[in-house]
This record gives sequence, structure tokens and C-alpha cells, in this order.
Amino acid sequence: MTITDITITVNGAVRQAPAEARTVLSDYLRHTVGLTGTHVGCEQGMCGSCTVLLDGAPVRSCLLLAVQADGHEIETVEGLADGAQLSPLQQAMLEEHGLQCGFCTPGVLMSLTHAQREGLTEQEATSLLGGHLCRCTGYGGIRAAIARLWRDREVTE
Amino acid sequence: MKPAAFDYKAPETLPEALSLLASAGESAMPLAGGQSLVPLLSTRRCRPATVIDLNRLPGLDGVSISRDTVHVGAMTRLRTLERHVGLRQALPVLPQAAALVGQPQIRHRATLGGSLCHADPTAELPALAVALEAGLRLRSREAERTEAAARFFTGPHATARQPGELLTEIEFRLLPGFRFWFEEVTQRGEAGFAVVGLCLGIALHGPVVTGARLAAAGVAPWPLRLSAAEARLTGRRIYDDLTDVAEAAVADTDPVADLHGDVRYRQALLRVLIHRAASHAANMRSPV
Repeated sequence: MTITDITITVNGAVRQAPAEARTVLSDYLRHTVGLTGTHVGCEQGMCGSCTVLLDGAPVRSCLLLAVQADGHEIETVEGLADGAQLSPLQQAMLEEHGLQCGFCTPGVLMSLTHAQREGLTEQEATSLLGGHLCRCTGYGGIRAAIARLWRDREVTE
Repeated sequence: MKPAAFDYKAPETLPEALSLLASAGESAMPLAGGQSLVPLLSTRRCRPATVIDLNRLPGLDGVSISRDTVHVGAMTRLRTLERHVGLRQALPVLPQAAALVGQPQIRHRATLGGSLCHADPTAELPALAVALEAGLRLRSREAERTEAAARFFTGPHATARQPGELLTEIEFRLLPGFRFWFEEVTQRGEAGFAVVGLCLGIALHGPVVTGARLAAAGVAPWPLRLSAAEARLTGRRIYDDLTDVAEAAVADTDPVADLHGDVRYRQALLRVLIHRAASHAANMRSPV
């Protein structure tokens, strides 16, 4: 068994804590760092609810060992809002009924945050939803939130 | 479920990695992108004593393109292949097939070498490697060898890689005049696990096929080269009825039935994919 001290920047804050080698990042974020916004669904990379950003790219945190994130930067859903001020993406999801039970939502938000930052097209952003299982919305509300955001972006540009 | 305990090593040089692998032997498992291995660890279907993480090794990723070959480092992420501008020119079927694997969130981590060594019989990239007759560079502490893709895949999730060996690089020799296309039917949506996939390449003189390469995923316990179909296709006009080509392909298959498709369904998919892929390849811009 290997236990090592690892240092991960989580949502801009440097976190140092021991991790057992077999601990996956999703469990480390929830149990060690104490950020329970990252949800754990299938634990095999299929459902997408544990999606976080690793150095800016959306990845499954259940498919990454915590020790692999040592020295890297992780962003979770807790980093999106500014205090009580939701990000435009979160606000659009709220207003377009892009969630019901909310289990898949943190993962969806991280994938779409990446899509916004990378300047992906509306179609590319929508195709990211293929990596997220949502059983409540039928994706209608989520797609409406994407449509609203991308339309707003066109107007501002 | 959670993985059983293991020792974790993250070597920072290739010699160090090979030495760790040599001393740990069969009880060690190399960790590439982890998109297939970590689920196996979590479900405890795989319980290695030591996990050797390759993600901190320098020099194992990257694409180099010369006039007649493409070399891809084993740790190159599929997202990199998918977006590689040079590859889209030199070997467009590689980015095309890479983009069919899993979802973007998976492809940010998944690697070409990892996919080949995992050797899922329904996976896209092993079939592509067989169709393109890729050379797989394997290194151990003592030796180095290149294995032909056709000899590398020996069964479901089984390869010719020995316990002390690492796949370090994949070599694709470019085939002048050929245009390749990858076509598949998946379990779920536009991407994800394939039920059956097909990599098809043709060289054309006018409408006449002067060379053909076909390899399929999901119709045998390993990626299957369809030699009889290649022979039937060669010398034919590409717009002719290809029913007999598809039948020749089906005759070579040995599908494993599972809940995603029984034997006859997989064979029916292969027939459809041959027609679709041939049509796509025929309509591609002719290679330079």
C-alpha cells in the first residue's frame, strides 16, 4: 500500500493532504478535500456526473487516481459561482429548467464551462452532452440553456 | 466499488519504467490513460500488486510525420490525434477513428497505446492498426522489437506484449493512392462503444479498385483482417454491387454474441458497414 502527500490546486486554492494510491480523484475531492459537489455515479466513466476540469480539460474524476493529479490544477463545480452570484451558465441552466434532481448537473456544468472557454460551437457543446447521462430532463432544458448562452454570445460578439 | 490496495510507482524516465516493469513481472500493470484500466481496478476484475503510471514519462507522446511514415508515441492522447492538423492531411482516418472512441471527456485522457494494449475486440483503434498494418514498437529492459499489428492481437483483451514490455511507439507506413474510412454502429448515440466497426481503404484507378484493405472490430475475438473481401474488391468497379464482397467478409467472421448483438446481427451490421464505408471512401477527395 502506498500513501503519499499530494498537492493539488483545487479551484485556485492549494490543497495538500495524504492520498492512498488506490483512491480515485472523485473520492479524494469528496472525502479528503471536503468538496461534495462532484457527484459519483457509475464509477466507471460512463455517466459523467463526476466530470471535473484537469488543467482546463474535462475528465472523469472517477477514472483518475488522486495521486495522478499531484501537481496539477483541478476545477470543480464549487469554483463556478462567485459567492451567491451564479455563473451565466448556471443561471441559464436554472432559468431553462436544465436540471431536476441535479445529480448529473455538476458534471454537465464542467463540460459546458470548458466548451465556453474553448469557444466551441453550439453544436460541439451539445455533442459534449453525449458524455453525460441525465434521466430527468430528457436533455431538453440543458439544450435550451446551451442555445440561450450561445445565442447571447453571438449578440455580444 | 473501490480498487484493492496496490503499490503505485510513477517513474520519470523510460529506463526506470522498464526496470520497474522487469522486476515486478506479471504482478505489475502499466497505467496509460486509465480509461479502461481504472474501471477494471474499481470493479476489482484486475488486481495488480503494482501500478506503474506512465503519465510522467517524457517523450512517449507526440506525432511525427515524414514523407512515407507516421510515428505516434504510445502515450499520445486521442484528443490530440483527433485535432492534429498534420494528421488530417497525412493520415485522416486516424483522427477520424480516434474521434469515434468514447466521449470527448474520455478522449482527453485515453491514449493510442493504451487502447491497443487493452485490445478490446470491439475497439476502433486496434481494427485501424490491423487495416493499416501498423508496426508496434515494444521495449523491455533488455530488448526492443517491432510487432506487426496482425500478430499483436491474440484474443479478447490479450496481446503479444510480454509482462516486461512496454508499447512505446506505433508506426504507420503511408499507402500512396489509398483513401481510408472508418464506419461503425455504436451501442449508444454518436460515439461510445462500437458494436461493429470497419476500417476500409481503397486505391482507385478511375472507378476500378486497384488495392483494398479491410479490418473489422466486433466480429471476432480480435480485430479481424478481411482478406477474402479485399481480394474480391480488388479489380472491381467501386460503384458496382458489392454484395459478394460483403458475403466474403461475413464468411471470415467468428462473432462473439453478447447483449449488444447476437452473431447474425453483428454479421448484418458488417454487411451494411462495408457498403457505407465503400461509398464514403469512393466519394472522398482523391489523395495527392
